[in-house]
Amino acid sequence: MEAIACRDCDLLQHIPPLPPGGKARCARCGETLATGHADPFRLPLVFTIAATIAFIVANTMPLMDLSAVGRESSTTIFGGALEMWQQGSEITALAVAFCAVIAPGAHLLFLLVVLIAVRRPPAPHWVGEMLRSAHFMEPWSMTEVMMLGILVALFKIAQLATVIPGIGMYAAGAFVFLLAAVLVTLDSREVWARIEWADGTLPPPASADTAGTAQ
Amino acid sequence: MSADALSAAEAGLVSCTTCHLLSRPAETANPGYCPRCGAGLVWRRRHSIQYTWALIIAATIFYIPANALPVLTTTALGSTESDTIIGGVIFLYTSGSWPLALIVLVASVMIPLGKLIALAYLLIQVQRRQVRNRHDSARMYRVVEFIGRWSMLDVFVDAFVVALVQLQPLMSVEPGPGVVFFMGVVVLTMLAAQTFDPRLLWDTPLERQALDG
Repeated sequence: MEAIACRDCDLLQHIPPLPPGGKARCARCGETLATGHADPFRLPLVFTIAATIAFIVANTMPLMDLSAVGRESSTTIFGGALEMWQQGSEITALAVAFCAVIAPGAHLLFLLVVLIAVRRPPAPHWVGEMLRSAHFMEPWSMTEVMMLGILVALFKIAQLATVIPGIGMYAAGAFVFLLAAVLVTLDSREVWARIEWADGTLPPPASADTAGTAQ
Repeated sequence: MSADALSAAEAGLVSCTTCHLLSRPAETANPGYCPRCGAGLVWRRRHSIQYTWALIIAATIFYIPANALPVLTTTALGSTESDTIIGGVIFLYTSGSWPLALIVLVASVMIPLGKLIALAYLLIQVQRRQVRNRHDSARMYRVVEFIGRWSMLDVFVDAFVVALVQLQPLMSVEPGPGVVFFMGVVVLTMLAAQTFDPRLLWDTPLERQALDG
């Protein structure tokens, strides 16, 4: 059994061995503390690779084509930010580029490196830094919000032009679901248990019940 | 829950904010670094209450120009028209799509305002050292943390309307000065939710005194 403090209320408790699909919740505030998986990294890796392909297609193919009174225009995800920049809203353009392209891309890249590195434990210490960076990017990666934004934007434009969704749009939709699948199946506790400690020692066996001593 | 349940802090243990490893610091005043991931250890997020207040106040100031200034300026056949966030909601409603109007109203007006009120309420409770209903407060915090990013919706709407409607010289759409303030509100409230330490809601008065001291 492993001792852990709930990240939401600091209650100290033990996590029993979990069956695949089982969940451990905090006894006081109900936060999910751990989930059990048969092979903790296979599904997340499969979903991450699929999400990477969808992400690349979503960002290179046009999202949609628009035609009005004999004129045509099309845009990509990054094009949305670029046009904002050219129209003089530089700060907003940077935020759109960060939340729609940079954060999801970085999030995915960090996860991919972490998942490949932990296949042969013990993983080197920098893998932990990667996982930390992935967690940092998570709330700022807003592809699903962007999809809803595009839907509203399309409705606003619908009266003045004909809009045809492109391949990029379908890929972005697939990416949203694949990334959600990665986050649901990945248990970062399992990753940390396979990473080398800061002083270069190997991770202790999972049965360790005692707390370490801070340096 | 048994009566002898302890928080990690009560047991003299600190949970790493990065990798969640429990460790026992040699000195209480200076917990040092996590032996596993090397991150700095803290009993509770540093200056959580002050930082969160500062971000909330900044976001409240931004909220006013975000709603008062136009977010989109449409130029069609020589005439110019400006739309605020509420204007955009009304446009969606009058053009027959009340579900989309409702989504934008909730995401752009109600969620940012609700987040500001909810975080202020949680902070006041923690500061008065009297948390009325811990379970409800904890749930409120989780909702605030989860829902915040959806407010970015209007920024994306504006970006893609601007990107697509560039049919010069017939019609063009430019972003208005309100967008940057609105984006500021969303980013600042997201940061405020991240700096707030939910463990403060559960700490007993004795614990608070020990951790502050």
